[in-house]
Amino acid sequence: MLDGAPARARLVEVRGLKMYFPITAGVFRTKVGDVKAVDNVSFDIYEGETLGLVGESGCGKSTCGRAILRLYDPTAGSIKLEGREIAETSQSDLRRLRPQMQMVFQDPQASLNPRMTVAAIIGEPLDEHTKLSKREKLDRIYELMDQVGLNRNFANRYPHEFSGGQRQRIGIARALALNPKFIVCDEPIAALDVSIQAQVVNLLEELQDRLGLTYLFISHDLSMVRHIADRVAVMYLGQIIELAPRDALYATPLHPYTQALLSAVPEPDPEMETQRRRIILTGDVPSPANPPKGCNFCTRCPKVFDRCKIEEPAFREVAPGRFTACHLYDDTTKTAGRTAATEAIPEHPTRSVT
Amino acid sequence: MPDGAVPVLDVKGLKTVFRTRGGDVHAVNSVSFDLKPGELLGVVGESGSGKSVTMMSLIGLLPSPPADVRDGQVLFGGADLLKCSPEHLRAVRGADIGFIFQDPMTSLNPVFTVGYQIMEPLREHMGLDKVGAKRRAQELLELVGIPDAKRRLDDYPHQFSGGMRQRVMIAIALACDPKVLIADEPTTALDVTIQAQILELVKELRQKLGMAIVWITHDLGVIAGIADRVIVMYGGQIVEQASVKELFGHPRHPYTRALLRTIPSVRGERTAKLNVIEGQPPILSAPPAACSFRARCPHAFDRCARENPARRPVGAAHDVACFWDPAPEPAHA
Repeated sequence: MLDGAPARARLVEVRGLKMYFPITAGVFRTKVGDVKAVDNVSFDIYEGETLGLVGESGCGKSTCGRAILRLYDPTAGSIKLEGREIAETSQSDLRRLRPQMQMVFQDPQASLNPRMTVAAIIGEPLDEHTKLSKREKLDRIYELMDQVGLNRNFANRYPHEFSGGQRQRIGIARALALNPKFIVCDEPIAALDVSIQAQVVNLLEELQDRLGLTYLFISHDLSMVRHIADRVAVMYLGQIIELAPRDALYATPLHPYTQALLSAVPEPDPEMETQRRRIILTGDVPSPANPPKGCNFCTRCPKVFDRCKIEEPAFREVAPGRFTACHLYDDTTKTAGRTAATEAIPEHPTRSVT
Repeated sequence: MPDGAVPVLDVKGLKTVFRTRGGDVHAVNSVSFDLKPGELLGVVGESGSGKSVTMMSLIGLLPSPPADVRDGQVLFGGADLLKCSPEHLRAVRGADIGFIFQDPMTSLNPVFTVGYQIMEPLREHMGLDKVGAKRRAQELLELVGIPDAKRRLDDYPHQFSGGMRQRVMIAIALACDPKVLIADEPTTALDVTIQAQILELVKELRQKLGMAIVWITHDLGVIAGIADRVIVMYGGQIVEQASVKELFGHPRHPYTRALLRTIPSVRGERTAKLNVIEGQPPILSAPPAACSFRARCPHAFDRCARENPARRPVGAAHDVACFWDPAPEPAHA
């Protein structure tokens, strides 16, 4: 992946994305603060790859995914899809771009209208964005149902007649209807049983191979992300703290949070479990409304030192293709001492790797 | 665990049926297992496999109707819990058998302070007065690792984070020094780093207090790390039972084997394609007349459709409900 990925074109470029939600108080709803759900996030997604976005609940990974598709209006930052800026595009212009970017939601129960038949659900994007005849539309719906492994005879059934895994297939078929290039999968397997999860993940991979799709795969399941993703970004308290090719990240995580996160995942092997040393983090994730001064992770970091509490580490490339935001990897700490204190976050931290 | 020890909890032939408008649902079908003193028994299975319903039935926590515990015996402290009076059952619950539920937000009462909720079982079951109960409640909060315990007693559940709330639930469950602790997916609603904290805590408390624990989960990784013995449930039945090493090292039931293969690992080999178990779990509208896994089983043969396999021993403390025998493994593998 290290050599392969950079050669490909960038499909999505995110720079300095911020998504703040206002906190209001009193009868006049005066703004008293912000929940910094996504705070200055920058990354690229290359064409045809799967970028895994992992983190714990409340770290802002879903908000990030939704903001990229402009389901929210971002507070600041730039989002480019195939080089075209979409962060400030008007809704009517955005509508024309929608077919290219789609979403698969976490809860297939909640994201499918219970009063619509499967054919109507899958056909709705076609109604909205294409001028197909009735016949062509039905053919396309059947084709999509075949692609995701749903029986054509079920086209006139309602979502409640399907199991969780099948419902997720309906959601995937709907996302595929307009031949998108880019799909944000927001915890698509979290609501499913283990044996069904594997079916859906295999389906997503097959579709990617066949249709050349690009995924942003949001999940808290680190083992599943290791399976499906080419590169992985780790979020903590609204920021991406590490981004690396999958194998490198899992073999040698750089950021202390990534290290702790990976070590916390239980292994289905009793032998390994007895030998394994866990890094147990103390305390809880701070509130995104009031993040700590300095590094966001400094309140729980086992390797914290003075500087972490004063200065926010920059998200920078520390090895080819590997990005992290941690003072432990600040070369400047070792060489130039305090000079880095004044250094701002680079405008384009995600340099291309050559 | 010594095999000869007298079990603290002995369940035999438990059957639970839900009567619904759409017909009966046979959620638990002749489930038998025992729990030895000080042991941690893991119960794994997918949603709808009957693992929670089994545990809820044996201490009478299911609302009836619709639930109907039809048959079976639950021996605990010399009495059959299914036959004893509601008062006796009430005395057992909370005092001798503690419970931890999956979601700490919905199982704590939002309008009472955490301190009040920990003191409630202490005053109810242990007959402590207010001062004594408060002192004990503080000790319990300290035991489960909540900093500044004395002040926190006056806080309400919403002032605690998810992991902290689950610690409070554990404190309540442990309040009366139970002999048995039943934990129903206690870490499922928590993040991995918080889950790791709770798992460490439970391991530590086991060493300190020595109670027997039933740990219900769908996460085989969690089981591998903490359980002594495991039962695997499928379609309302126990399909395999073995020590944790045996189960992960030599799984016998095709379902267990398939389940272990479907989980990707964070550390081990990365497979190019995930193994899947095709098909769907069974619908339990009738008591099983045949093997409930046969439709998804790669090894099914005609006998599987004719009779429901009984559990049979396949090794020391290892039994499986399956007719199929895997090809013998090479002796010196």
